[in-house]
Amino acid sequence: MNKHVLAATALLGLAGFASAQITLSGAGATFPAPLYTEYYIPNFQRANPNIRVSYQAVGSGAGIRQFTDKVVAFGASDAPLTDAQIADIRRGANNSEVLHIPTALGPVSVIYNLPGVNELRLDPAVLSDIFLGRIIRWNDRRISALNPGVNLPNLLISAAHRSDGSGTTFIFTSYLTAISEQWKSRVGAGQSVNWPAFSGLGGRGNAGVAALVNQTPGAIGYVELKYAIENDLKSATLRNAAGNWIRPSLASAVEATSGIDVPADLRLPGQVVNTRDPQGYPIVGMTWMLVYREQSVTARSIEQARAVQTFLRWILTEGQAQNERASYVRLSPDVARRALALVDSLTFNGQPLR
Amino acid sequence: MTQTQTVSQTSIPRDGNLGRRSLWNKVMLGLLVLGSAVVVLPLVVVLASVFINGLSALSLPFFTRSFEAVSEGGGGLLHAIVGTLMMNVLALLIGGLLGLAGGILLSEYPDHPLNPTLRVISDLLNGLPALLKGLVIYTVVVTATGQFSGLAGALALALVMTPIILRATEGVLKLVPWSVREAGLALGLPRWRVILSLVLPAAAAGITTGLMLGFARAAGEAAPMAFTAFGSNFVNFDMTKPTESLAYVIFKYANEPSPLRQEQAWAASLVLTLLVLVASLLARYVTRRYQ
Amino acid sequence: MAASTPPIQNSASPLYRAFGDRLFVYAVLALCLMIIGIVVLMGWQLATGGSAALLQFGLGGFIGGTTWDPVANIFGAWPFIVGTFVTSVAALVLAFFPALAVAIFAVEYAPRWLGNVLQYSLELLASLPSVIYGLWGLLVLAPAVRGVQQNIVAWALENQVDWIIPILGSPIGIGMTTAVIVLAVMVIPYAASLAKDSIALVPSAQREASYALGATKWEVIKNAVLPYARGGILAGIILGFTRALGETMAVVMVIGNSKNLPFTLFGSATTIPSAIVNEFGEAQGLQLSSLLALGLILFVISAAMNLLAAWIVKRMSVDGRL
Repeated sequence: MNKHVLAATALLGLAGFASAQITLSGAGATFPAPLYTEYYIPNFQRANPNIRVSYQAVGSGAGIRQFTDKVVAFGASDAPLTDAQIADIRRGANNSEVLHIPTALGPVSVIYNLPGVNELRLDPAVLSDIFLGRIIRWNDRRISALNPGVNLPNLLISAAHRSDGSGTTFIFTSYLTAISEQWKSRVGAGQSVNWPAFSGLGGRGNAGVAALVNQTPGAIGYVELKYAIENDLKSATLRNAAGNWIRPSLASAVEATSGIDVPADLRLPGQVVNTRDPQGYPIVGMTWMLVYREQSVTARSIEQARAVQTFLRWILTEGQAQNERASYVRLSPDVARRALALVDSLTFNGQPLR
Repeated sequence: MTQTQTVSQTSIPRDGNLGRRSLWNKVMLGLLVLGSAVVVLPLVVVLASVFINGLSALSLPFFTRSFEAVSEGGGGLLHAIVGTLMMNVLALLIGGLLGLAGGILLSEYPDHPLNPTLRVISDLLNGLPALLKGLVIYTVVVTATGQFSGLAGALALALVMTPIILRATEGVLKLVPWSVREAGLALGLPRWRVILSLVLPAAAAGITTGLMLGFARAAGEAAPMAFTAFGSNFVNFDMTKPTESLAYVIFKYANEPSPLRQEQAWAASLVLTLLVLVASLLARYVTRRYQ
Repeated sequence: MAASTPPIQNSASPLYRAFGDRLFVYAVLALCLMIIGIVVLMGWQLATGGSAALLQFGLGGFIGGTTWDPVANIFGAWPFIVGTFVTSVAALVLAFFPALAVAIFAVEYAPRWLGNVLQYSLELLASLPSVIYGLWGLLVLAPAVRGVQQNIVAWALENQVDWIIPILGSPIGIGMTTAVIVLAVMVIPYAASLAKDSIALVPSAQREASYALGATKWEVIKNAVLPYARGGILAGIILGFTRALGETMAVVMVIGNSKNLPFTLFGSATTIPSAIVNEFGEAQGLQLSSLLALGLILFVISAAMNLLAAWIVKRMSVDGRL
């Protein structure tokens, strides 16, 4: 615990200026960032004016790192921690348990920028070959075959991906791994992977990928649905495991996620990809906030620990109503209930907070 | 110059292709003018982009409000302005102290055995990317304190400023005549009093210039911020907490989907440009006025 | 230095003098040692942090490795090194003639007021923050560059010069071309001001002698001024190069961040600083170590270049030749 190392610098800090308020700082995933910064935080702060929440959308990878380094009150990621990561983190945190608190689910849209092409169908084989760099032009025979009557331009395909470690990348590459042997052996699934495409482009955050695709004719990329909606980007229609053509939408994501098996610790190691549901969209992910069960690992006071608990409780109860407004899938009542039980189990110096 | 030009025009070369050579002379002048225009052009274009986009995006809330959701109006960048000023002022204190000390050693103790090393190291520090300065502060300060902080940001910025201030200080101190020092010493003042009360005040204008230049350079640094001050959404006077800076906000907002955020990035660029302009104009003014 | 052993008359208490002087020197020395210590610490931190990666892959294996795969935990620095050098060298090539032109013009031709304007423009170019260049590059320059690139590619496709397409790459605006242009703009003031200073330092006797031989103004510059000033010009280039190598924000915002070799003329690429900015936040274990090893490479190259430039400037100031 280095909490008091900076005591000597307090004189520089003019500390205590706004000390009546408790500040929670969190960092991580950009996938749910619009939901957090535009919906959760303003509404939560209206209901709890004495708590301020700052969320920095730096990507899931950075969120996990900062959670591990104990420099944030909560991390956020849409790639669940692996067993090895958890073991590592616990070793550095007095063996405190690491909790995955789910907040929402959402589909990952495959966005593209082709002037004049309003509807684009991609099946698993073509999608993975585009990102493998085996299909490099938009007027490729295999794309035209899926899109009869669509006038595909003779443009090079620029495959946009994330330049930072990303849960969205994890969800997308998990899908490609599930549908393509080639992808599985050559690239695999992860928060940042070795992108093989001939003309790759890296953007920071979901927003960065959306901006790249938005600005670049011939680009294709993947972002959470909300970013496609906000930027007016067109999303490809994908063929799911049942063989149906499905657009990314709140409804098709709900289809894909209803009735999924969520394990006791609320982690979904493989995310929700390649659903068997006939009307389900094949690339959907869950997103989590990460907290230590023993709050004294990150919280400087019991008040701060309580504020974390209040915030998480609010998200899992009243906050869930915001999910649909923001075009995210809300948690099933069962998952929300189990998550709430986890939040209620938070302790501070061994004492239960509630 | 005019004299020598007359010479060149009146002297007739023996080889007789004066026409060709004089044409070549004009062509080269044309190329030089063109080249100079090519240098000035991007400056004009960049400044025009910043002023046009920035002015239309500047508003009162930009200066009076901190971060808010886009759906709530988007707020302003008060938190970043406050953070930039606080970190840079603290950095100026630290970097100023280090830079002054370095300048004093090089100029006032010219025979000190440490000097050659110090000079090389200072030039090296000046040339090292700010990114690496951020990395070292991260590994030393942030991981030790377990927190991103404005203090860490200020330390990284201090490393950016130090060599600039050091170089400027050494330069102006050397301009102070040795007679000033000898007069002080002859009065029986100890050496440290001579330096602090006679030499430094005599060079105050030049030192101020150095401080301004250091400030202008550091205020625009975004690269080290990602690993040190990290950013925050609130006005924050506690330097032990994560702190926002204008330069880092520009980096973050540049590819935000919301047009409002991009406008704020332009407005932040304008404010930062003005800050840099004022600091460097002030440095020029001080130099011209007092030297 | 006459004053280093000054004749001191005793008026204050000797304790005050001796103690004060000693204390002052110690304080100054302590602060100077801090400056030196920080730079040493920087190198040390990067070396120890990067050692795990260098041990794992070997120095040659790390530098020469072309794969950067966080899933398989294989890290090679080659794409970043190539990207850094190619962008920096290209930017210098682009910046060299304008920088030299403005230096010659400002010293040899421009009236005083215009010389001042040029001088101040260079100072401004140098002092504008690099994020502002990045923002401008991303939102203003890249779309313009993309338009030009698309025309070139369309022309190539129309005229069946297909072999050129893999060299050109995707006309996406964001990428190597835009990064090089932005970098060139940023290094011009560094190259130009050293060149300008050294041209101004050329003794006028040098010029007058040449005029007396009947040379035109350009011939004077070419034969008498530039050879004399070449040390400063060279040092300016090296400093500009160092600046380009370490430039971070402006490059990461416009280069497109793709690690796949071979890089194309228009397509996206990456550099060492961009890799650090992009991945440092999330990296752990071997990836973190590899990033620090990248930082070490940057540190060593920057240090070597700075020392080289300093050496050239010093040589130049002694005898004016190199």
